[in-house]
Amino acid sequence: MAQVTVDSPRQAAVQKAVHAEHQQHPIGLYLVVWGLLFVLSVCSYLVDYFGLQGYLRWSLILIFMVLKAGLIVAVFMHMAWERLALLYAILLPPIAILVFVWLMTAESHYTLLTRMAFFGTAPGN
Amino acid sequence: MAETVQTHPSPPSPGGIRGFVSDWASDQQAFKNVSWGKAMMWIFLLSDTFIFGCFLLAYMTARMSTVVPWPNPSEVFALNIAGHDIPLILIAIMTFVLISSSGTMAMAVNFGYRRNRRMTALMMLLTALFGATFVGMQAFEWTKLILEGVRPWGNPWGAPQFGATFFMITGFHGTHVTIGVIFLLIIARKVWRGDFDTERRGFFTSRKGRYEVVEITGLYWHFVDLVWVFIFAFFYLW
Repeated sequence: MAQVTVDSPRQAAVQKAVHAEHQQHPIGLYLVVWGLLFVLSVCSYLVDYFGLQGYLRWSLILIFMVLKAGLIVAVFMHMAWERLALLYAILLPPIAILVFVWLMTAESHYTLLTRMAFFGTAPGN
Repeated sequence: MAETVQTHPSPPSPGGIRGFVSDWASDQQAFKNVSWGKAMMWIFLLSDTFIFGCFLLAYMTARMSTVVPWPNPSEVFALNIAGHDIPLILIAIMTFVLISSSGTMAMAVNFGYRRNRRMTALMMLLTALFGATFVGMQAFEWTKLILEGVRPWGNPWGAPQFGATFFMITGFHGTHVTIGVIFLLIIARKVWRGDFDTERRGFFTSRKGRYEVVEITGLYWHFVDLVWVFIFAFFYLW
């Protein structure tokens, strides 16, 4: 890099501390996240228990799912405290799966259309 | 684990996007404050994400393209308790068991870095116990469904692909939990014996273990919980 910073002893000490640093965080934080995960799980179960249907059901399921996944990855797996180099290396590639989802949605619409055109809606293959 | 020999002392790396670019453009090591063990576990988990992603995708494709109605998971997985059919109750309990195990695992990692040998081992054993409970409940669920006539090629309620996707996805996840339990027990034994305090060398690797291994085990375990979050949402609730 063009930008070279002069290593003052203090900076070096800070750098050393960062290297030696473990993922150690207050227990209270874990307990709060644990509690939140329980609450979110109860919420997603209630979606089914009350038999919500349609877009309301699907959006609630997705919201609770994303919140739970985010909490687990960010706090329990310590991703929130990792450097961006690791964060991007791990969290960006799964976007390819979302592209795949989009492709297969189009594909299954086509398959369904073909099946209905050739076999009608009668049960069978 | 072998210490990395830094031939050039690196200047303090900046944060943010600039730090990301300089880390990736740097010598020897892209992941600056992460050991190779942790980086490799993350990369393995990424590859596992793709495996489970593809399973769920296959399930989505089958469910979206079938002309036969998909069996209603809310009814299929209902249990009759005290004369009432409670929808999805077993799956809900399994979810809570797995989340509890994730919590105890986070505690184990925390105690590990505090060098509390006994509590770390105990928390890991508790995590393994929750994991084994989860697998046991899954075995119960499989038995129930097989007795009701669910097969990979058909079932009494609707689209025949239901059985294939169910056994494939939950089976693969259950295998991961089982491997996680074994992994936890092995590491818990090492912690209990004090391997990471006395820097005893590993049997296979002849390397000195560190408490970081507990965190790496934790990464795997939390990932198993993470996958269940997606399976619960897409397979059981959708």
